[in-house]
Amino acid sequence: MNTSRVFVFKQLKSLLRVKCSSAAPSNDLRRLTATPGSCPKVCVVGGGPAGFYTAQHLLKAHPAVQVDIYERLPVPFGLVRFGVAPDHPEVKNVINTFTQTAQHERCSFHGNVNVGKDVSVQELQQAYHAVVLSYGAEGNRSLGVPGENLSGVYSAKDFVGWYNGLPSNKDLKPDLSRETAVILGQGNVALDVARILLSPLDILKETDITQPALEALAASRVRRVLIVGRRGPLQVACTIKELREMVNLPGTMPEMVTAEFQGIAEALKDLPRPRKRLTELMLKAAQGSSEGGGAEKRWGFRFLRSPVEILPAPDVSRAAAIRLGINRLEGSGEGARAVPTGEVEDVECGLIISSIGYQSLPIDPTVPFDPRKAIIPNKMGRVQQAAGLYCSGWVKRGPTGVIATTMNDSFDTARSLIQDMETGELDTSAAKMGSQAVTPLLLKRGVNPVSFSDWKKIDTEEMKSGKAAGKPREKMLDVAEMLKAAHS
Amino acid sequence: MARCVSLRSVLSSLRSIVAISQRSGVQRCFSHPWMPGSQQHRAFSMHPILCSSSLSNSSAADKVLVHFVNQDGVQITTAVTEGESLLDVVIKKNLDISGFGACEGTLACSTCHLILDENIYEKLDPMVDEEVDMLDLAYGITKTSRLGCQVCVKKWMDGMTVQVPQEIKDMRNAVGSAGSQ
Repeated sequence: MNTSRVFVFKQLKSLLRVKCSSAAPSNDLRRLTATPGSCPKVCVVGGGPAGFYTAQHLLKAHPAVQVDIYERLPVPFGLVRFGVAPDHPEVKNVINTFTQTAQHERCSFHGNVNVGKDVSVQELQQAYHAVVLSYGAEGNRSLGVPGENLSGVYSAKDFVGWYNGLPSNKDLKPDLSRETAVILGQGNVALDVARILLSPLDILKETDITQPALEALAASRVRRVLIVGRRGPLQVACTIKELREMVNLPGTMPEMVTAEFQGIAEALKDLPRPRKRLTELMLKAAQGSSEGGGAEKRWGFRFLRSPVEILPAPDVSRAAAIRLGINRLEGSGEGARAVPTGEVEDVECGLIISSIGYQSLPIDPTVPFDPRKAIIPNKMGRVQQAAGLYCSGWVKRGPTGVIATTMNDSFDTARSLIQDMETGELDTSAAKMGSQAVTPLLLKRGVNPVSFSDWKKIDTEEMKSGKAAGKPREKMLDVAEMLKAAHS
Repeated sequence: MARCVSLRSVLSSLRSIVAISQRSGVQRCFSHPWMPGSQQHRAFSMHPILCSSSLSNSSAADKVLVHFVNQDGVQITTAVTEGESLLDVVIKKNLDISGFGACEGTLACSTCHLILDENIYEKLDPMVDEEVDMLDLAYGITKTSRLGCQVCVKKWMDGMTVQVPQEIKDMRNAVGSAGSQ
């Protein structure tokens, strides 16, 4: 094919230009052309979208830089694998681009390496000219209300991890035995969870949702999902695609409270287009709920409500209801604030999912971290007061946005890094060992990294067992199982 | 690496196509991922079903000249076969536009956002809701913004300039979000 020929030509061209020692001597051609010397070596911590997009731009913008991606799990792609909803396979198409990056001759993937534990950031800084932190947001904001540790209460992060096969969430076994579920938060994650809870099984069974999740959802008694936000309809955080999917979800109907939409229709004309279209669709759904219909399952927004307490069942074994404080809005538009009125209401429910945001955690005491904003303090991706350290993605700007947001943000960080190389701000004159220094350390510590071709073995096996079940993929749920397949 | 193209995504693509044809009554192109067993580079379908003249026999006479201006302001001029979508062109010709077409033409992202000449934009068929949904999240949206995957190159567009937005601006922050992808 024409394009691949062009691509190969470009690769050859860069091979001829680049003269530096090869860190991973897997490519014979490269070994032949390699001579001792130094070329910039960068490592990226985190194999999700931020890590891959940063690597992609570094490789494109610099003819010689070598990029190693370290990932804690044996499998790559981060939230594209573990966050994107199983019924959104189109979004996962970015995996093709990431795979190209991973297979680039100057890039290598090192899975199953927990930076901060198996190897320190300082050790990485000794081995590389620059370290880019792109490890995302593995924590979640807690509700901070009494009863949040009761059985039946889960963070959306764990719930999403459970149906998407994140190894640490495989034993979540959420309680789906009661009719009403309450989701706290009105972002896209909240809507993903609502949709998965109410989707017809026929839709889910053709996705890469895990088999245990599919079975649990088949037995689920959840018929009603309330999506609760502390502010009003004009402040919902979800985007229109996700709302449209709820509106069009077969076998469901909206159940809204008409009174909550008072004055909203009048406010429409002054809204920017995205917010306007979103609100119009919501109004249409609210109208639909008053018209009734025979759908078995229902979903709806509840506005101006904040969790106050989770109330236990009489035997204190599980959550039985949630007490919501009623708010009023102060100000208007995006900046409006929710102010408690002092009134409360109780909503009976069995499942409570807190979807009020992911949160980045510090990775290593040597890396600056802003605990209030829960990000690494940076300027255009340059970590403040830490030469040679960069960051991209959620750990750089907070856990918001779609893949395109992370893409642009990661390209920005890569640009900053390249610029620093060009200006000499980042010193690349001394030769660095890269993974040749890190891999022996890891092996000595009993850590066996997973290469991209090792991942391909996991991938092949997952797709094989998926095919047998009529699904695109059956994910391995256990790290040991992944490692066994990778090193087979 | 084989891909997970579920029946559902194909169906939803088909639904969009139907929606497009119903609205416009004019044939439009729609790309969807085409995934051979093991490929190094992305390949996009030539959507033979809906695009009238994208199949072989394309001589120089069928070519339409399109000027792309990338993120860095660099103009790339290319001869396009009539019937291809602007996304197809970027991928097939390997044009230097970073991160273009992340979802591979399935209306699930806004990375193929392009700004068109006003006289071209006005002559295009109206957008389907799903395209506007995605454009609402795009960077640097303008009055003549479209998704490249939804614009089918026609003979009358010969000589047009399409621009990749250069402004780094996160529309998503304006809407606010709790961070699902």
